[in-house]
Amino acid sequence: MNSIWVVVGVLALATAFGLWFRRVNGRVRDSGAMVPMAGPDDPPAAIQSSSPQTLALAEALTGRLGERATIVQFSSAFCQPCRATRRIVEEACVIIPGVSHVEIDAEENLELVRALDIRRTPTVLFLDRTGAVRKQASGQPRKADVIAALGEILPGGTPDFEI
Amino acid sequence: MTADAPAPSRPVIDPRGPRFGAAITTVVLAVALLLSGTVVGTVLVAWQAIAFGLGALVGLQAQPYGIVFRRLVRPRLSPPREMEDAAPPRFAQVVGLIFMVVALIALVAGLGIVATIAVALALAAAFLNAAFNFCLGCEMYLVWARLRHS
Repeated sequence: MNSIWVVVGVLALATAFGLWFRRVNGRVRDSGAMVPMAGPDDPPAAIQSSSPQTLALAEALTGRLGERATIVQFSSAFCQPCRATRRIVEEACVIIPGVSHVEIDAEENLELVRALDIRRTPTVLFLDRTGAVRKQASGQPRKADVIAALGEILPGGTPDFEI
Repeated sequence: MTADAPAPSRPVIDPRGPRFGAAITTVVLAVALLLSGTVVGTVLVAWQAIAFGLGALVGLQAQPYGIVFRRLVRPRLSPPREMEDAAPPRFAQVVGLIFMVVALIALVAGLGIVATIAVALALAAAFLNAAFNFCLGCEMYLVWARLRHS
């Protein structure tokens, strides 16, 4: 029978995809493409680079940037892990002072979503104190990864907190 | 579940329900593919179209596998850690319904290969949901919204 191989093939491909998805989903990575990399002694990256993406994000975040860092979360109604992601980010913000959490409804801000090429919710952006996007994750990140990412982008290196 | 509980502003469901339904859908569609070209295979595709259609058009409370979950499975489980918005799984039922309607039209039109592809894609989506908690309909939603309003 031919059809049994169709079933076996579909399930095998889906399993391979599922294992890959489980590995990359929510992984925090450097976002080099979105904003030029700023050195530690060269903070005003957001001011220097005036790409359309940076400007659109800066406009959306006017007055809402955190003192030391900002986590921007794109969410939508059709998003099951968004609620869990919100809880994880809020807990991280409690542990690390000076970090603000801004949640943006993706469906109501499609212009910004297009400018930043966001395809999934939740997508989490990690901004340093200048407002430059330094890291990002698509899918629900783990709390330890959120804290580690903040530790890397906070001014003055490793923050003074205990997990 | 209780009748006297205050009605939430948005419908919420036990998140394990849609996953249980996806597991049953996986079995139904796998058997439908194995029996493709037979009457039973076509009946299974039609049945799955009805199941998706009830979930998509009437609501998740009318979805047959959801009813099985609430009546037979959920009473044996501990309460869920948190309830979830019913909108994403309902959207996934709409996506499933579209695949089943395409498959049925193809079967009627004698396009067996098109029907096999549609059922195979729906099988992959149901399996990913059941095994990996990956919701294809939910992932497609934002891309679809971007295209729709472009």
